[in-house]
Amino acid sequence: MKIGVLSIQGAVSEHLKHLELCGAKAVPVKSKAELSAIKGLVIPGGESTTIGKLIQAAGLDKPIKERAENGSLAVFGTCAGMVVMAGEVTDGLEGQPRLELMDTRVKRNAFGRQRESFEMELDFKSFDRPLTGVFIRSPIITGAGEKVEVLTSLPEGIVAARQDNLLAVSFHPELTGDRRIHYYFLEMCRQL
Amino acid sequence: MKEQGTFRVKKGMAQMQKGGVIMDVTTVEQAQIAEKAGAVAVMALERVPADIRAAGGVARMADPAMVKKIMDAVTIPVMAKVRIGHIAEAQILEEIGADYIDESEVLTPADEEYHINKHQFKVPFVCGARDLGEALRRISEGAAMIRTKGEPGTGNVVEAVRHMRKVMDQIRQVIGKAEDELVVLAKELGVSMELLKEVKQEGRLPVVNFAAGGIASPADASLMMQLGSDGIFVGSGIFKSSNPQKVAEAIVKATMNYNDPKLLAEVSRDLGEAMPGLEMSTLTEADRMQERGA
Repeated sequence: MKIGVLSIQGAVSEHLKHLELCGAKAVPVKSKAELSAIKGLVIPGGESTTIGKLIQAAGLDKPIKERAENGSLAVFGTCAGMVVMAGEVTDGLEGQPRLELMDTRVKRNAFGRQRESFEMELDFKSFDRPLTGVFIRSPIITGAGEKVEVLTSLPEGIVAARQDNLLAVSFHPELTGDRRIHYYFLEMCRQL
Repeated sequence: MKEQGTFRVKKGMAQMQKGGVIMDVTTVEQAQIAEKAGAVAVMALERVPADIRAAGGVARMADPAMVKKIMDAVTIPVMAKVRIGHIAEAQILEEIGADYIDESEVLTPADEEYHINKHQFKVPFVCGARDLGEALRRISEGAAMIRTKGEPGTGNVVEAVRHMRKVMDQIRQVIGKAEDELVVLAKELGVSMELLKEVKQEGRLPVVNFAAGGIASPADASLMMQLGSDGIFVGSGIFKSSNPQKVAEAIVKATMNYNDPKLLAEVSRDLGEAMPGLEMSTLTEADRMQERGA
């Protein structure tokens, strides 16, 4: 199964490595042609303003949105990816281009500045033991529609959520040795 | 329980910047131009390196009020520079909440022997390096990100190229060496075996490695990416050009599409006057910032 990692900026190689170790064929995606050949797309952590702007400049926004909406593509966003996928961003840069795929309201840099970035153990719905969440200037989901299933939350808000073929997490599973969330996403791709 | 300031969190922050451009800015307006152009972070400075070079005298950390103003004006991370070895300047920047500290040879060194013990800070540090030994020594002191030193404020990419090629060449040598040979190399470079083993295993530096010091055009950015940089710092090159907005956007696009000559040709067109550059042979030994803090 061929899975793409949006290769604009950010933790691209880390996701590629995780996906390969999970047994997927992982490819960087920068163009429409590369996008049409994959079943799942990871939008990695990075700077959401940069990624959003360059998705649009590369002409990838419309085809990603179209395939995500007709259910032929699963999308997994980590950190900045969660922001890019959000229906609404409460503190975004004015005119910040986004994909607006999920029925979520997201707050950027929700835990503070880099100094306040942290890691902690988290329970993830359907996992039998906790995982380590690495939060780096992470966003949170502060509001979600009925179709959104909450997978993990902290007192500050939701930090992992799924809506049908869409998955968004605030933290960085690609920075740990734990690949369960990547397996979880590959299972979503298989079910399309 | 939340654990803040772990090395993974600090190093991870730099990983999120990969493939991006970090721009030197001296005003709120410049920071906003950088953010709009798609910069992944800005470096808040009182003067860009070209002006520091021209002004002479002692160059210190920027006024915290000025750094704070820029932090309030943009949503992307804000970095700021401290003098090599100046623990107190670093404590001040951590206190006001700067997202990253550059312990930088662009400023006048405060300590000619020791760098800051960066493990003691929650905020991550980036440091300059000209070769693998310098890079690994800075990492052992706690640097979570490395950049080439290049020769700042010159608009001349030749030194950044030299430093990036040198690091890459030395990494290839490490990969090719047997473990007992690494012991000798560790001694030669003044670094630990553990770090060298990590380089051999991963085939790269243990942290993100950006290019800095003399990058002034989209083509320069592409060149450094093709030589293996993880991303780009642009100092004087943007706001010393005649059309900063356009140059900033062009360098961002060139960094992302560094191996696409067609797009590079497109974004390199009609950028107006570039920053005036300096030829290395016109610099005296004392003018060379890269010699500071080895």
